[in-house]
Amino acid sequence: MKPIRLSILALALASLGSAHAGKTLDTIKQRDQIAVGVSTGVPGFSAADSQGRWAGLDVDIGKAVAAALLGDANKVKWVPLASQQRFTALQSGEVDVLSRNTTVTLTRDASMGLAFTAIAFYDGQGFMVPAKSKVKSAKQLKGATVCVQSGTTSEKNLADFSRAYKLNLKPVVFDKFDAANAAYFAGRCQAYTTDTSGLASVRAKDAKDPKEHLILPELISKEPLGPLVRRGDDEWLAIVRWVVNGLLEAEENGITQANVDQLKADSTDPVVGRLLGKTEDTGKLLGLDRDWLARAIKAVGNYGEIYERNVGEKTPVGLARGKNRLWTDGGLHYALPLR
Amino acid sequence: MTLRAQVPPRAPPPRQHRAWSWRSPATRALLWQALALAGLLAGLLWLVHNTQVNMAARGIQSGWDFLGQTAGFDIGEQLIAFDAGDSLARAFLVGLLNTLRVALLGILLCTLLGTLVGLGRLSHNLLLRALCRAYVELFRNVPLLVQLLVWYLLLVEYLPDASAAWNWREALFLSKAGLAFPTLVAGTNDTNGWGDWSAWHWQLPALQDFGIEGGGALSPEFIAVTVGLGCYTAAFVAEVVRAGIRSVPHGQIEAAQSVGLSRRQTLRLVTGPLALRVILPPLTNQYLNLTKNSSLAVAIGYPDLVSIANTTLNQTGRAVECIGVIMLVYLALSLLTAALMAVFNRRVALKER
Repeated sequence: MKPIRLSILALALASLGSAHAGKTLDTIKQRDQIAVGVSTGVPGFSAADSQGRWAGLDVDIGKAVAAALLGDANKVKWVPLASQQRFTALQSGEVDVLSRNTTVTLTRDASMGLAFTAIAFYDGQGFMVPAKSKVKSAKQLKGATVCVQSGTTSEKNLADFSRAYKLNLKPVVFDKFDAANAAYFAGRCQAYTTDTSGLASVRAKDAKDPKEHLILPELISKEPLGPLVRRGDDEWLAIVRWVVNGLLEAEENGITQANVDQLKADSTDPVVGRLLGKTEDTGKLLGLDRDWLARAIKAVGNYGEIYERNVGEKTPVGLARGKNRLWTDGGLHYALPLR
Repeated sequence: MTLRAQVPPRAPPPRQHRAWSWRSPATRALLWQALALAGLLAGLLWLVHNTQVNMAARGIQSGWDFLGQTAGFDIGEQLIAFDAGDSLARAFLVGLLNTLRVALLGILLCTLLGTLVGLGRLSHNLLLRALCRAYVELFRNVPLLVQLLVWYLLLVEYLPDASAAWNWREALFLSKAGLAFPTLVAGTNDTNGWGDWSAWHWQLPALQDFGIEGGGALSPEFIAVTVGLGCYTAAFVAEVVRAGIRSVPHGQIEAAQSVGLSRRQTLRLVTGPLALRVILPPLTNQYLNLTKNSSLAVAIGYPDLVSIANTTLNQTGRAVECIGVIMLVYLALSLLTAALMAVFNRRVALKER
């Protein structure tokens, strides 16, 4: 199954015509559609509903890029990818951008032909345990069996944590997110580990009663998540990077999905004027038109709106904004200036 | 006086020494084969070269040096000692041993079960025959992955938690954590490396905070994979065995009976050896299938070779190399199994005397 798919991708890598860096943008414009790699179903980040419509934070970023570049947020082909397939799919050109809760690490950035664009979500790896187990701290898990999904940074972090605190944790590694979830909820493992956003998402989706499962307070790693593109496509990389930064800048300057049109018409604020292409044409520098960011905001809202709609406290996933607040509110999101 | 005419024996025709010629069909055939081979090699070389060029153009690093890096991840079950500080090469070895463990036990299980079911299908007892037929149809027609998931879910969904494990005389424990059993361990006053024989004792599993510690243990993943593969392949083995026995001409059996052999003796001395010649080649196929199908274990969390390779692929990004390792290992395992079975086959084959 999986190895077969991977072999096909590897073969695709082998049979590609001789490579020309920087082709992606031309290809996208020609086919008038962006191929975005997403997860196979992490509610709140990327998941398809019963009608096959994709929704989530990672999905909205893909839509924003499509709106900015192609003028229509729906000109996207969603490609669901399992963890182990995702990098090969991007390398071989099956997708143009990978917007799939993927952690930025040195190995991935430097040795795999990938390039990170911007950080869309600050996360950390944690543990979830059944509330009835009376475990209150991850350091109490000595000798426990832990369910984990393969092809993630989680496996390595788990081993590091286990060694650092001499916990002798025993991993049970599944190749699919769903299989790992099912095994945990069936009681195969005493704990489940992945990024805390993933834990919250799983708990909301699969637990019979979410209150019966406790996410432990320790974060055992830093997991900055963000979209990736292929290395060597600088123009395309710049577009994705600045769309993400633009959505953050929009929140910082109070531009929302609802007021973007009105602000564009009336605002005298020089920053707003620049962001929305009224006074300055930032789009030209990126190879876009001057309304690029206004269209993206119109399509999906600013970063804060995207967050609250998909994973915020009013949603089933129910994640407090926490580290993902803007720097002006004490969070970590410090958008690069659009000027 | 003889009537037979004296015909001198005809001399063998002189070996024709055909001159090398474009017209000769033999030469042309050879030429075509050489061309086809050259084309294949050129195609392969082009693929390899193109992969290298493309990977270099995209800044994807390649090479085998990564096998020496520390793994950095733990493996749930292992036959040889392994921890996160060991090399990736050793991680692959752990995965390979896990695959072999499943394959060998699975082959054993499917052979035993398959033979019994196959014989059952030829029984004179209607009920037994029907049951064996139902077994074959059920296990042969449900996809293997589904069967593995069913076995696994049965084990982890319906067995009790480790804290409330079913136990048999405080020695065997069966729970969601798997099957724990006592093991024989050497004494602690170990002087000559083999330990003091009198101090050898049974180490019993016992309940701890998180599950059952001590003694030996089989994980539910391992049990599900082995039983699932064994039962699935047994259905095919049963058909192979049945076909083999049916292939023995009825006259042979009648002959055996007429010299006074009992049913049992007939099976052991006549039908069995004759059937074995027909059974062995297709049985080899089933063993190969079982070994290759064990790669589905990754779906239910068993750390076999594919699972380890998947993890390594993601930690290091060496997709081509990791897939290469998987392909080479399965190829080697298959060739080895086939070679062993060929040796066995030669021993039982009909000998012309």
